[in-house]
Amino acid sequence: MVEINLNRRQFLKLSGATAATLAIVELGFNEKEVHAKTKELKIAKATVTPTICPYCAVGCGILVHTKNNDVVYTEGDPDHPINEGSLCSKGTTIRQLFTSEKRVLKPRYRAPGSDKWEEKDWGWMLDTIAKRVKETRDKTFVEKSNGIFVNKTEAIASLGGAALDNEETYLLAKMMRGLGVTYLEHQARI
Amino acid sequence: MTNHWTDLQHTDCALIIGANPAENHPISFRWLLKARENGGKILSVDPRFTRTSSQADIYAPLRSGTDIPFIGGLINYAIEHDLVHKEYVAKYTNASFIVKEGFTFKDGLFSGYDPKTRSYDMASWSFETQEDGTPVKDETLQHPRSVFQLLKKHYSRYDVDSVSTVTGTPKEEYLKVAEAYCATGKPGKSGTILYAMGTTQHTVGTQNVRSYAMLQLLLGNIGMPGGGVNALRGESNVQGSTDFGLLFGDLPGYLGAPKEQPVHATLKAYLEKETPAAGYWSNKPKFVVSLLKAWYGPNATKDNEFCYQYLPKGNKNYSHIALFNAMYKGELTGAFLFGTNPVVGGPNAGKEKEALSKLDWLVAMDLWETETSAFWQKEAGSDPSKINTEVFLLPAASSYEKEGTVSNSGRWMQYRWKAIEPKGESKADMEIIHMLMQRIKGLYKNESSPAAKSINALYWNYGEHDHPEFDLVAREINGYYTKTGKQVENFGMLADDGSTCSGNWIYSGFYPEEGNLSKRRDNKDNGMGNFLNWSYAWPMNRRILYNRASADPAGKPWNKDKAVIWWDAAAKKWTGHDIPDFKAVVAPTDKGGMNPFIMLKDGVGGMYAPTLNDGPFPEHYEPFESPVPNAFSSQEYNPTIKVWGGDFNLKGTKKQYPIVATTYRVSEHWQSGSMTRNQEWLSELAGHMYIEMSEELAKEKGIKNKDQVIVTSARGEVKAYAMVTKRFKPHMINGKKVHQIGMPWHFGFKGYATGDTANRLTPHIGDANTMIPEYKAFLCDVRRAD
Repeated sequence: MVEINLNRRQFLKLSGATAATLAIVELGFNEKEVHAKTKELKIAKATVTPTICPYCAVGCGILVHTKNNDVVYTEGDPDHPINEGSLCSKGTTIRQLFTSEKRVLKPRYRAPGSDKWEEKDWGWMLDTIAKRVKETRDKTFVEKSNGIFVNKTEAIASLGGAALDNEETYLLAKMMRGLGVTYLEHQARI
Repeated sequence: MTNHWTDLQHTDCALIIGANPAENHPISFRWLLKARENGGKILSVDPRFTRTSSQADIYAPLRSGTDIPFIGGLINYAIEHDLVHKEYVAKYTNASFIVKEGFTFKDGLFSGYDPKTRSYDMASWSFETQEDGTPVKDETLQHPRSVFQLLKKHYSRYDVDSVSTVTGTPKEEYLKVAEAYCATGKPGKSGTILYAMGTTQHTVGTQNVRSYAMLQLLLGNIGMPGGGVNALRGESNVQGSTDFGLLFGDLPGYLGAPKEQPVHATLKAYLEKETPAAGYWSNKPKFVVSLLKAWYGPNATKDNEFCYQYLPKGNKNYSHIALFNAMYKGELTGAFLFGTNPVVGGPNAGKEKEALSKLDWLVAMDLWETETSAFWQKEAGSDPSKINTEVFLLPAASSYEKEGTVSNSGRWMQYRWKAIEPKGESKADMEIIHMLMQRIKGLYKNESSPAAKSINALYWNYGEHDHPEFDLVAREINGYYTKTGKQVENFGMLADDGSTCSGNWIYSGFYPEEGNLSKRRDNKDNGMGNFLNWSYAWPMNRRILYNRASADPAGKPWNKDKAVIWWDAAAKKWTGHDIPDFKAVVAPTDKGGMNPFIMLKDGVGGMYAPTLNDGPFPEHYEPFESPVPNAFSSQEYNPTIKVWGGDFNLKGTKKQYPIVATTYRVSEHWQSGSMTRNQEWLSELAGHMYIEMSEELAKEKGIKNKDQVIVTSARGEVKAYAMVTKRFKPHMINGKKVHQIGMPWHFGFKGYATGDTANRLTPHIGDANTMIPEYKAFLCDVRRAD
């Protein structure tokens, strides 16, 4: 307890500009140097990129520090007018979206009746999905109904998109309507 | 939100109902606390004493599913105590309009109801009109058939005693809320209503929101800083994805999707039918044709109706519950999932999991293996050998591994720079969509079947490579002149002759020739915390919608300390701290100069809405599953909801399941939990599924804190830890004790933190207008697990 109190007292002195000289003497080291060193260890030479939190729709600003193709640190964006640097528990931990070992790193395929995933390459996956879409469309496509051009397939559904970027949702809407999909839904409904 | 997050600081009173921002939108709370520093009050209305309630000046409990009595009572209180903002109501709302003779309301039903179809003929709800088609008005509001008098009569039934016995809110607390909130009816004061899924996820969800809007109009709170009707949206881009038409009924920019019906058979017929004569929507043809030009490019010409015929035209309701019902019946072959997890997040989730096994193929784009993409596994309770669905799981990049914009709740379209290459082999969804579409177009290239024709006509010009040109997509959304390729300045420039394109008219203006304004980072406050040079807000960078109403009919702010825009007579234009949500040169004395609600045909706020499926005024009906009869009429539940029957949606009785249940979220997890339960720290912070209940209920059931308990509903059961708290209290409903429990809905069998899925209990029943499921009020029972 005593030590905590002592440290706290020293900290308070350190943070006051007029007490700086005294504090340095008291602690026996140069606080500015120590502070600079700490920074260097953590985020020196890291690239800082502003982003917006991917969780709720408050839209807080976050700074992502990257170095050597790794996310080394994230923090609230002090320049952002809504959060002014502060973040909630989820916003604070977005580094783990990159570092989590649970991320899926390669495309996976599960065959009918199988009890496991198989890793496949992107080309095979995309070609096969495109074929499935075409087979289904060709079998179920309705061009005209009751004399009206309806150009639709009611056999394919698309769900989700509330976590996508606007530009992605735009292309998704264009793609799905273009395919004739009528079962087009996302999280806003539920 | 009509307003936005930093604007909350200006409120005199925040009524938080059906939302828990302290836990689910934590950073927003900074601005509410700032409002309190400025002298404002915070009111929390919730079945559970949440962390929001703990910060509130007044907390009032209510039983889940009784928002309309609660708000109806406030409407009645404001009228009875003469607290309405009379000038605002008379000038800026349709309270002065006269409803035709023949409109009635009896025993919970409005005129025109047909019990066979469970729907209304709305003809008798319409307004009396003059010869030129404009409504007949009485601005004294005294005419017995004026909206105001009908409203007054309708809500006179919602007196404090009746309300209190239905909602379970103690009378004393109710009166405190009424007094504090209705005080914002004083001209110049502003109150805000903040809501979220606690409001919308009901069979009367739309009418719940309507009741808030009506109260706000009555108190003159819309268009004001610190006012408005504010949906606290729960996903980073659920606003944007809705704006961009990822719901079956809307094309981007809220242009109604054409249907399989003769009045939509041609573009001309569709535009004639769907374009109102007055209000800003009279420009609809320009937006529709510009969208068709964005989608079909040079293939869209005047001679071929701009490819209108290629738009799919449906003939039914394709919303979430209907979709899963069709899947359950084997009517669907394949499905795409873009970062969504219905096996945890969907209503009656056990049935939604079963439905997936009827698909031939399923494609999931996600950062994680979710309960949905893994629905066929033993862990899911499935027998893989019996499930023939092919599943494709494509690894998606996280939000900062790609570039793009998201629109927050306050409609700020904010740009996210790419911080790092996507992890492993994951790819941005935009890339995946583009690569898939290139391949599908490739397969159809040399065909001429009807299925091929519509695909071949689609203009997909974002570069030949696998990586689409982001900038080309952004430019197309804003729109450009098709001849010169120059960006249009904003949606005011769009035309219906094919000379412009725009992928989403409401966003048009974010990317003029000068550059992409969503990237702006100037955080200087240029007045009233609107930050006009930070990012871009649709429409036209306007931050407070309907801000014309922040000024009196003559154009002078109701309160000089809450000035947003005002009429500058010398300059002959509207000016101020925000972009006018109004034609800037229309003087108060000009035609339409006192009509702040520019999107509506009559230019005024809809106190009365003769277009909703369940009536022009919100009326209380009990939830689909309720522990008590409806005290307001003999209609038990909303008479216009579609009832899904059979084993797809079993209904529980109050005898077997006497306890009211609701779901909610915690700070540490997000939605179905796939983003957060796959991270170590958040999983450690909130690691267990639990059932929260009152000390009184726990005592009755012999349950102690941390005991394992089983909750059952007609649809399923879940096992979890009991969390016995003082935050729930039994409600006294008409003299009878009714228990309520709550539980988080984040859990499933994948990730670090696992637990039973609350949505196995919730029903497949939806709102009469939107079909949003009734997650927030259903019946259950609870017992000890051993």
